[in-house]
Amino acid sequence: MDVVVGLGVFEESVQALDRTIERARTADDSVTVAVLDVPTREQPLSTVVRRVREYLGDVDVPIDVRPLEGTPGPALVTFAEEGAFDQVVLANTKRTPMGKIQVSELTEFVLLNSQVTVILVR
Amino acid sequence: MTSNDRTADAESPPRFPRPPQSCTDREGRSIEIRAGFPRAALVSMYLDFDPESRAQGLPPATEDRIENWLDVLEEGINVVAWDVDPPADCWDDDDCAVGHACLLDCGDGTSELTIFVHQDYQLAGIGSRLIRTLLGAGQAGGIDHVWLTVERSNHVAMNLYRSVGFETTSAAGIEHEMETDI
Repeated sequence: MDVVVGLGVFEESVQALDRTIERARTADDSVTVAVLDVPTREQPLSTVVRRVREYLGDVDVPIDVRPLEGTPGPALVTFAEEGAFDQVVLANTKRTPMGKIQVSELTEFVLLNSQVTVILVR
Repeated sequence: MTSNDRTADAESPPRFPRPPQSCTDREGRSIEIRAGFPRAALVSMYLDFDPESRAQGLPPATEDRIENWLDVLEEGINVVAWDVDPPADCWDDDDCAVGHACLLDCGDGTSELTIFVHQDYQLAGIGSRLIRTLLGAGQAGGIDHVWLTVERSNHVAMNLYRSVGFETTSAAGIEHEMETDI
């Protein structure tokens, strides 16, 4: 299966990334990480891309890391559909201090617009 | 000076009732609302909670997750509604907690609010009493800014929050954010 992980904020996406890699090992998935241009990010896109590549440096599964410029939701949905991916993976770990699950604008857009199956990792 | 010392005028939030409170709900049941954190009774209520009444993943569905979640809420200001004369088949043999509301200090001068009423006691006026009493306990505790998130489809809850002064501050996504000064 061809899987694309949409990565906005690195720290929030590590768990989703790890789970995707773990699955790829046993299922022989092909994994692409699409690094999204999240406007609230303090670091430029290129820095996040470098960080992801460093993180994946020791991983024994080959992973393509691609920066995606433009508004994150539409950019990811278009990339997933044009690249004929089988699955989009997004981290969905955000909660309020009280523990209420929160769905980001990016997640909502992808859920509503993606023709490709979406996996939310909690 | 706490917020309740302000002189009343159109700009001031109301002074909410402090716990303990007693009332009769719309079904004629005697309800008491008290401050405190009765963990065992809360676990019983949440274990019996209807999955349909869950909101944004809360309350969690399993006992260990409920316990972990209550560890967080225990740090906040908690008020609990009790059925004074519960039915024999209540979910708890000892005390029958029927509603729970909490204000949790977020460490940034704001507090997050949450409220849950057991499905057998919903739409009976208890939530309204409970949230007012929680806000009263918050005023007594020096809290002056409260916010919450609510699913945009949960009109019952949104009307409840509006009735005590909450205004929507973010309506962009699946959840709306609402806040109020007390």
